[in-house]
Amino acid sequence: MRVELEKRVRVSTLFSILSPLLALVLTLVFGAVMFWLLGKEPLNALYVYFVEPLLEVWSLHELAIKAAPLILIAVGLAICYRSNNWNIGAEGQFTIGAITGSILPVMYPEWHSPAILPLMLIMGMLGGALYAGIPALLKTRFNTNEILTSLMLVYIAQLYLDWLVRGPWRDPQGYNFPQTKSFQVEAVLPEILSSGRAHWAFVFAIVAAAALWFMMRFMLKGFEVSVLGQSERAGRFAGFSARRMVWFSMLLSGALAGLAGISEVSGSIGHVQPVISPGYGFTAIIVAFLGRLNPLGIIASGLVLALTYLGGEAAQLSIGISDKVSRVFQGLLLFFVLSCDTLIHYRIRLIFAGAKSAEIEA
Amino acid sequence: MFEAILLTVITASTPLVIAALGELVTERAGVLNLGVEGMMIMGAVCAFAAAQLTGSPYIGILAGIVGGGLFSLLFGFLTLTLVANQVATGLALTILGLGLSGQLGEAFVGRPGIKLQPVVIPLLSDIPFFGRVLFSQDLIFYLSVALVIGINWFLFKSRAGLKIRAIGDNHASAHALGIDVIRTRYLAVMFGGACAGLAGAQLSLVYTPQWVENMSAGRGWIALALVVFASWRPWRVLAGGYLFGAVGIGQLHAQILAQNLGIVIPSQFLSALPYAATIVVLIIISHNRRTTLINTPASLGKPFVPDR
Repeated sequence: MRVELEKRVRVSTLFSILSPLLALVLTLVFGAVMFWLLGKEPLNALYVYFVEPLLEVWSLHELAIKAAPLILIAVGLAICYRSNNWNIGAEGQFTIGAITGSILPVMYPEWHSPAILPLMLIMGMLGGALYAGIPALLKTRFNTNEILTSLMLVYIAQLYLDWLVRGPWRDPQGYNFPQTKSFQVEAVLPEILSSGRAHWAFVFAIVAAAALWFMMRFMLKGFEVSVLGQSERAGRFAGFSARRMVWFSMLLSGALAGLAGISEVSGSIGHVQPVISPGYGFTAIIVAFLGRLNPLGIIASGLVLALTYLGGEAAQLSIGISDKVSRVFQGLLLFFVLSCDTLIHYRIRLIFAGAKSAEIEA
Repeated sequence: MFEAILLTVITASTPLVIAALGELVTERAGVLNLGVEGMMIMGAVCAFAAAQLTGSPYIGILAGIVGGGLFSLLFGFLTLTLVANQVATGLALTILGLGLSGQLGEAFVGRPGIKLQPVVIPLLSDIPFFGRVLFSQDLIFYLSVALVIGINWFLFKSRAGLKIRAIGDNHASAHALGIDVIRTRYLAVMFGGACAGLAGAQLSLVYTPQWVENMSAGRGWIALALVVFASWRPWRVLAGGYLFGAVGIGQLHAQILAQNLGIVIPSQFLSALPYAATIVVLIIISHNRRTTLINTPASLGKPFVPDR
């Protein structure tokens, strides 16, 4: 049996919508098989994983908390990927944003002013943007591959954070725990509703997604992103600069990752500690692709991936499945998304021996 | 002292060299597989598990190679058969590999590992200094040297190697000449996966004989940088691999040295050195656009759909 691809005359709208859903279904089927192999009742496990977290108010709040950084980071990455700039170091930009945003509450714990929170958020965005500026500078100035440099910077950022909270930033009254003092009340990102913990980061995420959707849809800048991403040459003829696009997309995604970082530290954790992210920066890559690099789609996919984190925790508690299953789910999901996306541009034909061809996809 | 340091440098460099060599062949065929980290960690867990279950580290090595090779097929199917984006699929492979290996290895956390014992080559190992450093090593080290020589010969002296380079430089022309582009690329991807798996086996059987989650710690990514550093030439991979290995080991010794001398250098700064060095090296190698353009396989990362 052989698989052959035939280019569609025009992009299939049907599969543009169907492909992420198909990927989700395939992931669930595979997940069921995996649970069965682990000796668990598959349907019950899937229920615990994907349905139970949606049934209670507090866990919906947790869902929003986890979805916020994913969406914030992923919409920025979507702009990068659409313009063919492969920033995969969002985890590092998240970390640096968290650090620079925390300078004020850590250094001036006695400063009780309503101005502190906006300043923190701005500094977090600046930090993330500057850190993403490093691979941008290296790419534009030295022609260096941004995939590798942005990833290397993740390790460096994490080690820097580790040093900070074990060294100069450690709370002297903290019983030697490697963490800073808890932030003052004014430096904590407030909750949106009184019913639970979800804080303003989720609102930031929705606003960012809506704004970038508007940009991609109705603004010249959005057109510039798509043109340069599809063909740098065509972009040049239109007077667009690929070099400036590197800067624009990297700084934008860095700033959003930085905002996610400081929001997480300020809203969810309340102090700085060695580990502040369960891999949001990497999971956001999956979120971006599952949302088909469309900011509105990313809101939906961010919620789905947030659910895998929550479901992972729930499954660990109630049926004793390791939380590592979440990572497997996330990886599988990205695989299925990428393979289903083929259907958008190609017809797939299965050719059986004996030159009989059967068309399985119309 | 010097000899001991040299021995640790060799152990630290071998996985980098092997993984980078595999990726070099893959990229020479025009395929950019960013999943080295994922294939490496899968190789590490497969090798460790097989060695535990059978008691033989050699079966472990084999399992690492097979594990990495099979895992890379997933990448091959997506990017070659379904022409999915190579960058994204490579990332997916890494994410899935890190997750899957954590899941598979859970039962083995904390178990004492089985260390691959050195194979002492008679006579040669009696040479002072070099004998102990070069000829009293484990099988994987010898394999790494053989791979450098073998791949260099294969790529530049054999017919099949010429075909691979032709595909990497212009897949459309190669296809027109009747070379089966997709089939060759599948083989190149699997070779890359097998090498990454072998490198992973070295980690869990030689370098630190135990299973720790995420134990590859970015080495797959460093191997990718190494291929760029080496301008896609096997001998330079060897040299670069030892350079990177030496930086990694050097920082460990610097930490101990600083401690003994009473100098306070935060260990985190030294641990960051290999990653920082990678960036510096990439800058030095890539800053000349023309030489980069000449060295890079021209079809690297570009999808290919044979027209009929």
